[in-house]
Amino acid sequence: MSVVLPRPGDPAVTLQLAKEHGLTSDEFDRVCRMLGRTPTFTELGIVSALWNEHCSYKHSRNTLRTLPTEGAAVIQGPGENAGVVSIGDGIAIAFKIESHNHPSAIEPYQGAATGVGGILRDVFTMGARPIAMLNSLRFGSLESARNRYLFAGVVKGIGDYGNCVGVPTVAGEIVFDAAYDGNPLVNAMCVGMLREDELILAKAEGIGNPILCVGARTGRDGIHGASFASEDLSEASEAKRPRVQVGDPFTEKLLLEASLELIRSGHIVAIQDMGAAGLTSSSAEMAARGDVGVTIDTSLVPVRETGMTPYEILLSESQERMLVVAHQGHEQAVREILFKWDLTAEVIGKVIAEPVYRVTEGDRIVAEFPGSQLVTECPRYDVPAREGAETVRLRGMNVDAIAELPEEADPAWTILRLLAGPTIASKQWAFQQYDSTVRTNTVVGPGGDAAVLRIRGTDRAIAVKTDCNGRYVALDPRVGGRIAVAEAARNVACTGARPLAITNCLNFGNPTRPEVFFQFTEAVAGIGEACRALDTPVTGGNVSFYNESPTGSVHPTPVIGMVGVIDSLEYITPSTFRNAGDAIVLLGDCTNELGASEYLASVHGVTAGSPPQCDLDRERSVINTLLQAIQSGVVASAHDCSDGGLAIALAECLMSNPARMTGAEIDLTAWDSLPLRAVLFGEAQGRVVVSSGECDRLLDIAAKHSVPARIIGTVTSQSDGLAIRVGQRVINIGTDQLAEAYHTAIPRIMDASPQSAAIDETEGVMV
Amino acid sequence: MKFGIVTFPGSNGDYDAYHAAATALGEEAVYLWHKDHDLQDCDVVVLPGGFSYGDYLRAGAIARFSPIMNEVVAHAKRGAPVLAICNGFQVACEAGLLPGALVRNISRRFISRVITARVENATSMFTHEYFSGQVLSLPVAHGDGRYVADREVVTRLENEGRVAFRYCAPDGRLSDDDNINGAVNAIAGILNDDGNVLGMMPHPERAVEPLLGAPDGLGLFHSLLAGVAA
Repeated sequence: MSVVLPRPGDPAVTLQLAKEHGLTSDEFDRVCRMLGRTPTFTELGIVSALWNEHCSYKHSRNTLRTLPTEGAAVIQGPGENAGVVSIGDGIAIAFKIESHNHPSAIEPYQGAATGVGGILRDVFTMGARPIAMLNSLRFGSLESARNRYLFAGVVKGIGDYGNCVGVPTVAGEIVFDAAYDGNPLVNAMCVGMLREDELILAKAEGIGNPILCVGARTGRDGIHGASFASEDLSEASEAKRPRVQVGDPFTEKLLLEASLELIRSGHIVAIQDMGAAGLTSSSAEMAARGDVGVTIDTSLVPVRETGMTPYEILLSESQERMLVVAHQGHEQAVREILFKWDLTAEVIGKVIAEPVYRVTEGDRIVAEFPGSQLVTECPRYDVPAREGAETVRLRGMNVDAIAELPEEADPAWTILRLLAGPTIASKQWAFQQYDSTVRTNTVVGPGGDAAVLRIRGTDRAIAVKTDCNGRYVALDPRVGGRIAVAEAARNVACTGARPLAITNCLNFGNPTRPEVFFQFTEAVAGIGEACRALDTPVTGGNVSFYNESPTGSVHPTPVIGMVGVIDSLEYITPSTFRNAGDAIVLLGDCTNELGASEYLASVHGVTAGSPPQCDLDRERSVINTLLQAIQSGVVASAHDCSDGGLAIALAECLMSNPARMTGAEIDLTAWDSLPLRAVLFGEAQGRVVVSSGECDRLLDIAAKHSVPARIIGTVTSQSDGLAIRVGQRVINIGTDQLAEAYHTAIPRIMDASPQSAAIDETEGVMV
Repeated sequence: MKFGIVTFPGSNGDYDAYHAAATALGEEAVYLWHKDHDLQDCDVVVLPGGFSYGDYLRAGAIARFSPIMNEVVAHAKRGAPVLAICNGFQVACEAGLLPGALVRNISRRFISRVITARVENATSMFTHEYFSGQVLSLPVAHGDGRYVADREVVTRLENEGRVAFRYCAPDGRLSDDDNINGAVNAIAGILNDDGNVLGMMPHPERAVEPLLGAPDGLGLFHSLLAGVAA
């Protein structure tokens, strides 16, 4: 170890300063013990960047270890920039989801845009060409001006960034619930494609190999972004706006092309995105993965501002940068590729045999840590977990006792009301701001059960989807965790895809609160159970804690990003009805489960009761039934039954695709023994609405898998509308009426909103 | 027939144009690098969609100064075909290959969806495989697609039959609602004086395979192919 002296001009390091950097006194002691002395200011910055929750997973690591991560298709599991699975023929899919909640709460446009940028880099740094973006968004009620501003800004930020880079945004779910007031969730997922032999890892290797900083220059933006993401949002958060990074999608596009060219060139050993905690985490993590030492000279880093200190250079979260380990002697070749794309590439350090992580400023050593202890010695915490009393009370509530509103005497009113609720209503207002067709692979774009992308040069396609019902997780985290996986799997299966693997983005509140930690451990347990049952291992993901605002924790929201493979293009199945005369079959069964439903939330303003049960064996059988039926050619359309229950699923089958609207005559009298609203709006799991021209064969297949299946009606023409026979009555609603409620709800709110108009004035240029 | 697709920094429709020509039509296609001066004996030059130079300053404003544009302009002056799509249309206007300009959509929002457009001129080298008044379903994806020009230019375009496509309702009728970006006279695509440069905002290159939707862009490519064969 070398002698490290404080750098002239840097503040003296005290426990107080360490606390201001977010370290506890125990953690500060741990650093002092590791070094055998008090850290320098630069070292304190490095530790605070790596040991914050966002980078270190200190509260989540032990729990995450319980998730299944292995499977026949998995090529790369958790621990890298993205997970990788094989889809056959030597072709692999790299994918990952990540949160950008805190930045988006303060600065929605840049926060969302840089979230997209970061996850794109995580995928192309694996050697994969990004082929699709998805996003999972949660906002408070659109009745609030602030939430309309956040919604409009996030959507525009996602669109402007992804559109410019030229990666189609193909799917997204958007949920509005007062639980997300003041703390929206912005999760972005990227899916990339590569040949298996093109995979490259972020593992520093080869003593003497040079380390290069490539891409954009480093500025003072985003310093401490990662630690900002590791604390509760508060009134003071607004003052941290400068910690939000600023994105430049044009540079990202150049960096994407340059990086892929670099990876394919054979000149480099490893490459890693400089994301959260910038140069610090990228260099420390690459060194730790390769179990080698590194030395970095901050005076060699290309900067765009003068007078930057090592502390600032190490902690900057300037966007569109990569850290590269090249083969010795290939530095010039690397530079030439970057220069071709008008980007910089400078050697800033090298891989060394000595087991240290060392940072210099010219000849002066400003930071040095033994071995990879910076990464390996990070503290881990297991917090007491205890379910909150309020959750127990709400779950135990008898929701059947909630009296119907007088208007509900006409169920058509309720159906229209649910369809016009922003969570269920069409999100085309947002989706139309995303280029979903660039790269010409999009077979099913935003609005389907899952997005479908064909894989060029093969007869295959992939289906991708994100899912999570936070209300379920809030009321019963284990069941909610299971359902998030099961529903995502059902969604991709509806398009004809075999569910393959997941990535997850676990959005929770402050983990030091026992009730939050309980939600976290239980939800992860539920996810693990479902992943084992459905054979969809976890290949990576992201944890976002501290999603709290002055009004309380958000709903615990573990978003699941699912990838499935469709073995032949022939199997691709739409979600909406196609042919008048086709039989409509419900796979699965209706139950008396109204708890935690969208109906209760939307019509009665109540979040209570038990979420529907999730029988994982049944879920697996439903998926197998669906896939066998689709592959046998007896399925014309398939749509998952979820938010709003069977009535809403049927309405969506009729009119969610404005280019092909139909009608339907439905008979639900088989369930007359159940309460009417449970049949129409209950959210029993494991159900799929299928239309078929050969329903006998469909019923046979279901019977073989022991899945309940029943013919519930016939597809008719658009002018016939929706007619549902229940009990002694028939509910009649015109298809146009359904479409009007569903398609115009969000535009009506947003186009009249000055907050939305203000965002439209934001020009596309980001710098 | 050989297609040359220009790649500017920030182009992202180059890949789609390449595959439309090479994969869907089975023709020869090459990428032309913006810093080069060689068109590689291409018959058709495509200025593709995307965000050349990030649309900084103004869409297409910087790309027109790319080295390759000297050769593209010379190619056009020789009467050879140039197909300028979306951002390429913006570049072509900036480079003086086409009159007018493309400004922010009237909604001030990016628009990505399948629209319907009517064929107004079915005699050009790009459109003779369509019939006049034919309604095409084509994807659009742009933030700055609202065509504007001074009255004199618009009058000339109209009188000389140089409006190639117009936004319309699915039944072919014109209405303000269907004029998706507020373009003057609902103009979606125009031809130059000699009819060998076509600029259009919709993406014909994204509409060449039934798997992905109505393949209504094929007629445009077939027109070019038939033109050379004749």
